[in-house]
Amino acid sequence: MNPIFNQGTSPAHRLILVLCCSMALIFFDHKMSSFETVRGYLQSMVSPLQYMANAPKQIMNWASTNVVTRRQLMKENQDFRENELFFHEQAMELSIVRLENERLRSLLSSPVRNEIKKMFAEILSVDSDPYSHQVVINRGANDGVYEGQPVLDEKGIVGQILHVGSSSSRVILISDISHAIPVRIQRNGLRLIASGSGQIDRLIHNFVAHSADVKQGDLLVTSGLGGKYPEGYPVARVVLVRTDESREFATIYSEPVAQIDRLRYMLLLSKDQPNNESKKQAVNSTSLKKTTTTAGKS
Amino acid sequence: MFSNNGFIILLTLLIALMASITPMPLSFDAFRPDWVLIVLVYWCLALPSKVNIITAWVMGFILDVLLGSVLGVHACAMALSVYIIVVNFQKIRNFSVWQQALIIGVLSAQYHLVVFWLQRFLSDVVFLPNYLYPVVTTIVLWPWVFLLLRRVRRHFRIK
Repeated sequence: MNPIFNQGTSPAHRLILVLCCSMALIFFDHKMSSFETVRGYLQSMVSPLQYMANAPKQIMNWASTNVVTRRQLMKENQDFRENELFFHEQAMELSIVRLENERLRSLLSSPVRNEIKKMFAEILSVDSDPYSHQVVINRGANDGVYEGQPVLDEKGIVGQILHVGSSSSRVILISDISHAIPVRIQRNGLRLIASGSGQIDRLIHNFVAHSADVKQGDLLVTSGLGGKYPEGYPVARVVLVRTDESREFATIYSEPVAQIDRLRYMLLLSKDQPNNESKKQAVNSTSLKKTTTTAGKS
Repeated sequence: MFSNNGFIILLTLLIALMASITPMPLSFDAFRPDWVLIVLVYWCLALPSKVNIITAWVMGFILDVLLGSVLGVHACAMALSVYIIVVNFQKIRNFSVWQQALIIGVLSAQYHLVVFWLQRFLSDVVFLPNYLYPVVTTIVLWPWVFLLLRRVRRHFRIK
């Protein structure tokens, strides 16, 4: 039975209580970042919800892949064959170049680049929160994911791992307002910083002098500085250079080359040697990415 | 909360949470209604003795974890919006559904603005008008959710 005169704490007191709790949470989470480990557990706790929320999309995908005609499949198969031949040829060429590169590096007695381990991941959900650009993927600490791990799609860098749960983890995208990535221009090696703008198709480059040699259409690749991202992966393409002398610095915008709004499959790169379990999932024949790597190195 | 089929309330809230994170195409995503807020408001109007500010805060907290925002931001905004309902539930109950929808619209706008202000306070985000698009869909959605949840409440005799 519902009492007419409500017993218990009044709404105002409850409000004050929860507002104090929120303020404490915001302070400790944002300013002190003391919830890093707790967030991992929370992430693992809510991951069933995420998997369930993703189920309708999975069913649709399943349906759309199952309801294709034989003709479509044959055509797709044909395309894949052609692509495979093309990439295979590139891979052959590349292995020669790599051997040569390693020999030259050993001659120069500089460290030989290690093979980077890769892990395949699928997107679980995209945040509807417009203030942060993050996605959730279906790999977690059980698969050997660690915080700060670089994530890329078939075109270029997507972002890095922000929080790791046991079976899912959260990726912060390069377009997030709190994210920045060190890059260099592929054409001339000029170093820049690409900061996210909060808009999905724009990165901002601050503090670039007017005299800097930046042109529209320049490809920006990771510079490897900072140690988070491996060197040479494409990040963005310059779309706007405005040198207004009345301003202190040039205004430079670029657009990420990765299709951030159409993400589905992604690769995680790991720096250290992963254990054998995650090796199973490592993708061995990613010829496409190898080409982009060398394109960056050249 | 769990007596008299109270778990149905929890179930509807869980479905609302799922609806607020299901992946959608980018063009529809800006119009995603505030599912959790609507469902919370309905239960606050119908059964204020079962669903209160604490429930709203916990739901907001789960939403924070799901959305990856700073913990406490959505929780705070959700509690503030639901507080207004809890204080005025006897008045709002007597309004017609469309009047209620307008009030929900105002609440939803307040919810988004509080989230924006807190985010603005924490990081330098800039205001874009499409942050308020969900208000429109929330207003349109309210009558349908209201009728649906009333049916659910009467069918399961949740008291």
